[in-house]
Amino acid sequence: MLVSMNWLQQYVDLDSYSADELADLITKGGIEVETVEKLNKGISGVVIGHVLSCEQHPDADKLNICLVDIGEEEPVQIICGAANIAKGQHVAVAKVGAVLPGNFKIKKAKLRGEASHGMICSLQELGIESKLVQKEFADGIFVFSDDVTPGEDALHYLNLNDEILELGLTPNRADAMNMIGVAYEVGAVLNRSIDLPSPELVRTEESAEDYVSLHVENEDDNPYYGATVIKDVTIASSPQWLVNRLVSAGIRPINNVVDITNYVLLEYGQPLHAFDYDRFGSKEVIIRRATDGEKIVTLDDTERTLSSDHLVITNGSKPVAVAGVMGGADSEVQQDTTTILLEAAYFNSKLVRKASKDLGLRSDSSARFEKGIDRNRVVGASERAAQLIQEIAGGTVLKGIAEQGARTVEAKDVSIEVTRINQVLGTEISETEVAAIFERLQFSYQNFGGTFTVQVPPRRPDITISEDLIEEVGRLYGYDNVPATLPITESTPGQLSDYQKKRRRVRRALEGAGLYQTVTYSLTSPSKRIFFSDETTDAIRLAMPMSEERSELRTSLLPHLLEVAQYNKNRQLENLAFYETASVFLPDGELPKEQEHLAGVVSGLWQEHLWQKEKKSVDFFVVKGILEELAVEFGVEERLTFARADEPKLHPGRTAAVHLDNELIGYIGQLHPEVEKELDLSETYVFEINLEALLKANVDHLKYKKLPRFPSVTRDVALVVNESLEAGQVKRVIEEAGGAKLVEINLFDVYQGEHLEEGKKSLAFSLRYYNPEQTLTEEEVKKAHDRVLTAVEEQFGAALRS
Amino acid sequence: MQERLQTLKEEALLQIEKASSMKEVQDIRVAYLGKKGPITEISKGMGKLSAEERPKMGQLVNEIRTAISDQLEEKANGLEKAAVEERLKKETIDISLPGRPIKRGNHHPLTRVIEEIEDLFLGMGFSIAEGPEVETDYYNFEALNLPKDHPARDMQDSFYITEETLLRTHTSPMQARTMEKLNGEGPVKIIVPGKVYRRDTDDATHSHQFMQIEGLMVGENVRMSDLKGVLQSFAKKMFGDEREIRLRPSFFPFTEPSVEMDISCFNCGGNGCSVCKGTGWIEILGGGMVHPNVLRMSGFDPEKVTGFAFGMGPERIAMLKYGIDDIRHFYTNDSRFIKQFNTL
Repeated sequence: MLVSMNWLQQYVDLDSYSADELADLITKGGIEVETVEKLNKGISGVVIGHVLSCEQHPDADKLNICLVDIGEEEPVQIICGAANIAKGQHVAVAKVGAVLPGNFKIKKAKLRGEASHGMICSLQELGIESKLVQKEFADGIFVFSDDVTPGEDALHYLNLNDEILELGLTPNRADAMNMIGVAYEVGAVLNRSIDLPSPELVRTEESAEDYVSLHVENEDDNPYYGATVIKDVTIASSPQWLVNRLVSAGIRPINNVVDITNYVLLEYGQPLHAFDYDRFGSKEVIIRRATDGEKIVTLDDTERTLSSDHLVITNGSKPVAVAGVMGGADSEVQQDTTTILLEAAYFNSKLVRKASKDLGLRSDSSARFEKGIDRNRVVGASERAAQLIQEIAGGTVLKGIAEQGARTVEAKDVSIEVTRINQVLGTEISETEVAAIFERLQFSYQNFGGTFTVQVPPRRPDITISEDLIEEVGRLYGYDNVPATLPITESTPGQLSDYQKKRRRVRRALEGAGLYQTVTYSLTSPSKRIFFSDETTDAIRLAMPMSEERSELRTSLLPHLLEVAQYNKNRQLENLAFYETASVFLPDGELPKEQEHLAGVVSGLWQEHLWQKEKKSVDFFVVKGILEELAVEFGVEERLTFARADEPKLHPGRTAAVHLDNELIGYIGQLHPEVEKELDLSETYVFEINLEALLKANVDHLKYKKLPRFPSVTRDVALVVNESLEAGQVKRVIEEAGGAKLVEINLFDVYQGEHLEEGKKSLAFSLRYYNPEQTLTEEEVKKAHDRVLTAVEEQFGAALRS
Repeated sequence: MQERLQTLKEEALLQIEKASSMKEVQDIRVAYLGKKGPITEISKGMGKLSAEERPKMGQLVNEIRTAISDQLEEKANGLEKAAVEERLKKETIDISLPGRPIKRGNHHPLTRVIEEIEDLFLGMGFSIAEGPEVETDYYNFEALNLPKDHPARDMQDSFYITEETLLRTHTSPMQARTMEKLNGEGPVKIIVPGKVYRRDTDDATHSHQFMQIEGLMVGENVRMSDLKGVLQSFAKKMFGDEREIRLRPSFFPFTEPSVEMDISCFNCGGNGCSVCKGTGWIEILGGGMVHPNVLRMSGFDPEKVTGFAFGMGPERIAMLKYGIDDIRHFYTNDSRFIKQFNTL
């Protein structure tokens, strides 16, 4: 909502308040003033001029030499190129020395040999947006229609000294979508009285009901409809004051009748529609639901197909307007219109909203109906419009209104106790103060021992319950005056859940291990559903995506992490180490299953120390080590296992499935070289696991283990086995065979090559034996160690390496 | 004999002085004081001396022995010290060479801002509730006093999945979910961090996905002044002790009265600058007293309890606090961006 200071001044005395001061007070009162705009964009020296003569320039077809009276002793000569310039016009003249928007200074000039002492201006040159300039002046200079005096300040006549407050209205404050509503609000905020228009009409003897036979089929759809008939109007341009008002509100002036309906819309918040009575098609005005498939061509010359969800005004046979949204082209007011049927109605806001949405038609009218208008202002608004049409377009208003439905509704009673106000706000506001606030709001009330019963006027449909009154009192009392206290309710311990604590530790652990955290989007495209997706399950797709790129919820974190990798690599950031923890979305019941995953991507150098010439590239074991460390962090290192696995987009020889207690919780591996090529990444390793499974794993209560009291014995053993045998298998066999006294197994060498048979490799383990009860005897160690050697020999034909 | 001893002593001391290695010192020791050395020899020959001379001579021998021995000791110490010095000198390194980097990563700035806010509210006795990102229309809207055709639904155009489910447009659904579980038994003190989604075209100031932190406190005698107190305490801890807050009336369907909170500009201290657009105040969050309909629908009696709720955007807070100019940076994950927040 754009609010002109000059216009507002008509209803409330704003003296002593600058626009900025007022804006601040209105904002503090609850309606945010988003901007304060000066209409004068740095203009000075523009006056009214009277074109005394206008002749064609001898050397230029398109230029005119004008003699213009600008209120000085002598008229000045100005060269003007506008096509619409003519003798006798009153125009806006930028004198020599004037400044126009953009700090454009007007100087004496010579145009094709003729001197020019100034410039005759178009509205655009004075800083008015093109979309607000009347059609007749769109391509030329502006011409005053009123009686004006040469030499006077043109800015005053064009309202360019005005300042505009832009209100950012929340949906509950539709009451301030009009000047009267703003006047009530400003009056309350400033504690000043307001002066509202009270239209006085002279009506003829002839009655509107002779011209209109009205029938509203369903009063729930349309609780009130009134038609006023005005005869003998002359369609013309609006007077300057009306033009100025509309322009200040961001509406382009069209002709007097249309401008008046728009003016009243802005002033009263009541959408009105003027039909050309003679083009209406009949005496009948019938308001009903449209039939499915019924058509209408609206004012914007677009054919619209309607349905029974839409309310229409008909002439008995066909729709002439979509109720509250837009009129039809057939019955539009035109230059030759003489009789007007002026509609002022109260339509069901839900129906207007529905039609506006279905037809994709948003108008100033629908916006107001949707949010709720003041039922009690409908008739006043139609009288105001009729009065203005009479004054400006010279019409005569017929007696009465052809109407159906009640003109007004009763104010609603809402009660509130002063004690409750103070209890909710934490204040000590007195009864007198509360009463004063309701008076400022112009709400009537009764007060019985601190219980206020307020008659809420229909202009404030947002106030329905006592809490709404608490807000009214609070906002005008001023939230600055509400103290800051600490809650007196019982105290509660604030703490993270076990899961939340562990999740924080995951972050610390991964960051400590060298990974950077990322946050990426949950919405993705089906083309990126390439990892770990089970083809039998689908992803969750949005009903109406904004783009295919963001059309479904991700089932894996890796695709977007790889995008991050690509993004960084494209910027010469080649050593990559990223992780993310976030939910993936798996189709389930009504709501999907949201599972928190952890994924990572690493590529390039893992470690580097330049001058010591040390470089270590990322490999599978770097990534595996990270997961193993994480398992250690949460005490499940014994339960986390890796098994060779096949995943289509991962390297077939370098991929493992990750299991926790034999349950598959994720994958780890190198990207398939084809995928690396496709994404233009170098050797890249990834992992993704179900983080919830890891963090929710039951772990035994931590209990201290006694420190060793006896020495342990370490035996190294190098085993020669087939190169295809996995070290993990060997380790498992050693573990089983070694028994309770074998407490630690460390693989310390893997060798293949010289001195070994083709197809063989050597695995060297260091085995530590320990007996917590007593010092190990040589015999005990030998027994256990022999069992190990026998087992590996039997299982794998492993020979001791000589 | 006496003379011989004196000569031996002088010889020995001279040699010791000349010695330049531990080996030489050792050799001298053996040569003079060893079992086969001349002094031992002399001692042995003392039996031939008279009873009067013997003690005198014995004393002399001991004196000379001690003198040589001391001298040897001293020399050895000196040599050892020199050797150590020599070794240390050789071992000297260029300490200006760069150290070995320790591999480390760091958190995303949003995570840190969220954790910081979490910690502030944990300290005030709030716990952290988390809820689903895909919500039912009921929890996302209806339970928050936003019935199906409420005009305020336009404020947050949403990503629907079916008619009844959508990506949550705020973290507020957890208000209803949390309260429902408690069967009307307070108090409730939670904050709810999480991702939310709105139909916005991504640009420097809009993102279709962003973070939100919701706060809710419900109990007997929870007042708006408490909301002010809690938020003031939050603002001072988050943005600095000198910060002032102000509440402005606003509108949210799920609170009544509703407010927006501004803090005095941390850039200019309230005098007006480009950060606060000349107003001296920066809008940080929205909140208010929980609407009685919301309490009622979630099983709480608005006659008995009251509550406050608030919601804030970690992106906005991070952008303001660290001067970040484009919200998309949070989701692009340029490592040069993330690395800048390692000290948070």
